[in-house]
Amino acid sequence: MLVLNAASYAADGTPDATRLANLVRQDCGACHGLTLRGGLGKPLTVDHLRQWDREQMVHIILEGVPGTPMPGWRPLLTETEARWIADRLKQGTLP
Amino acid sequence: MMMTLRALAFCAVALTAPLAAADEPRGTGALGIVIERTAGSVLIVDTVNRAVTGRVTGLGDLSHASAVFSPDGRYAYVFGRDGGLTKVDLLAGAIAKRTIQAGNAIGGAISDDGTLVAVSNYEPGGVRVFDAATLAPLADIAAIGANGKTSKTVGLVDLPGRRFAYALYDADEIWIADFSGGDAPKITKLTGIGRLPYDGNVTPDGRHYLVGLFGEDGVVHVDLWKQPLQARRILDNYGRGEERLPVYKMPHFEGWASAGDVMLIPAVGRHELIAVDRRSFREVGRIATSGQPIFAVARPDGRHAWVNFATPHNNMIDVVDTTTLSVVHRFAAGPAVLHMEFTPRGHEVWVSVRDANRVQVYDTSSFARKAELEAQHPSGIFFTARAGRIGQ
Ligand code: HEC
Repeated sequence: MLVLNAASYAADGTPDATRLANLVRQDCGACHGLTLRGGLGKPLTVDHLRQWDREQMVHIILEGVPGTPMPGWRPLLTETEARWIADRLKQGTLP
Repeated sequence: MMMTLRALAFCAVALTAPLAAADEPRGTGALGIVIERTAGSVLIVDTVNRAVTGRVTGLGDLSHASAVFSPDGRYAYVFGRDGGLTKVDLLAGAIAKRTIQAGNAIGGAISDDGTLVAVSNYEPGGVRVFDAATLAPLADIAAIGANGKTSKTVGLVDLPGRRFAYALYDADEIWIADFSGGDAPKITKLTGIGRLPYDGNVTPDGRHYLVGLFGEDGVVHVDLWKQPLQARRILDNYGRGEERLPVYKMPHFEGWASAGDVMLIPAVGRHELIAVDRRSFREVGRIATSGQPIFAVARPDGRHAWVNFATPHNNMIDVVDTTTLSVVHRFAAGPAVLHMEFTPRGHEVWVSVRDANRVQVYDTSSFARKAELEAQHPSGIFFTARAGRIGQ
C-alpha cells in the first residue's frame, strides 16, 4: 500500500525509488499525464524542463506554482525526495 | 442482434466467464467497461453476474480516460489521454473503429440523438466533433477566448437539442455549441465567468450547467432554460478567506447532481463537501469528509452519495446521507480508490482500487463486499445505463 505522508527510505538512507517512481507516474501523472507528456499541467519531459535548473525544479515541486493548480508537495515529500524526482525528470531517467 | 462469426471467435478466446449460449440474442443493459489505465485496455463486465466477460486491448494512453455510450448501449466511445477516440463493440468484445483525433484529450460527450461524438482537447485545445457511426470528423471548434488565448477545454457535456456545453480553462469562458441546424454549430459564448474553470456538469434534467473554478472560491451556474443565457456566480467565497490546502488531485463534477434535494459539490482544497439546494442554488450545509473529495457520486435514488478522495486519503470512501447531510459509513476500501459506478438502479456499486489491481463490488444497503474482480490498475468504470442519461 502506498503511504504518502510518511517518507520511506531504503536501509541505506537513499529515497525509495519504486515508491517515488510510482508517485510521479500516478500522482504527478494525474495532472501531467501518466506518460508525463502533459495534461492540465505542462509536459514534464526533458525538453520542456530544460528551462529550469535543478534548484528551481526542487522549489516548484516543494512550493508549487501559486495561482495555478500546481500544488506544493512539501507536506508529502522531503527535500531529498524532491531532489531525486527533479534529477530523474530532468535527465529522463525515471525508473 | 446476432453476432458475427468473427466476433464469436474473438469472444471464445477472450471470455473469462460463461455467457449465454452463442446463438442467443443478447442485450447490453447489464454490461459496462472498466478502464485499465496503464495497460491501455478496457474490460467488458457484466453487472448481473459480477463478472469480467472480455478484455479489449490497444486503446493507447488511458490515464484519465472516460467513456460514453451509443443510444442502443452496444458501443462505448472511449476517450484516451493521448487523443485516441475508440469505439468499442461491447457485444463483439472488439474495437469497431479507432482514430487519433488530437494530441492530448480530456473527455467527451455524445449528442442526445446519438449521431455526434464531441471530444474536449488540451492539445491543441478546443473541441472536435465526429460522426458517431464512422468517427469521420465533422467539426473542429477552436477555443480562442476574448483574451486571444487558445484554450484547453473542460467540463464537456451534452445538452438536449443536439447541443454541447464546455468551459475554456485558459480563457475563463463557457461556450454552448448548438448543432440543431446541422453540422456547422452556432456558438453562444459567456465571457469573464471567473478564473480557471476546471470542470463542469449538467443536472440530470439538462437544465442547469455548473462549472467549478480553481482560480477563485466559487462555482458558476447557467440556467439553460432562461434566454439570454447568463453565467451567475454561486457559493462565492465558500472558503471564507481561509487558506486552501494544497490540491493533489483535481476534484470532479461528475455524478454529484441528483442527490435528493441537494447537490453535493467538492470544495477545492478543503476536506468538505458543500451541499447546495437544487432550486435556490444556495448553500444549505457542509459535510466534513475524510479528505479532499474527488468524486461525490449519487446513488441513482439520490438517498446516498459515495465519496472518494485525493492522495493521501485515497484509500477511503465516505457514504453521505443526503437528507441528514452526515457521513453514515466510512471505510478504507484499499490503496488508491479512483472511481465508483452504481448498477443501474443502485443496489450495488463497483469501486476501482488501482494499486490493489482490483474492482470491488459492494451492496449499497448493507455495505457488505459482494465480489472482487481482477483488473490491471483500474480507473474509470462506466455502465451502459449512462446511454439513457443526459450529461453522461
Ligand atoms: C493538481 C494538479 C497537479 C499535480 C498533482 C501536479 N502538478 Fe505540476 N503542475 C500543474 C500545473 C497546472 C502546472 C502549470 C503551472 C503553470 O501554469 O505555470 C504545473 C507545473 C509543474 C512544473 C513546472 C513546469 C513548467 O514548465 O512550468 C513542474 C516541474 C511540475 N509541475 C512538477 C510536478 C511534479 C513533480 C508533480 C508530482 C510530485 C506534480 N507536478 C503534480 C498541476 C499539477
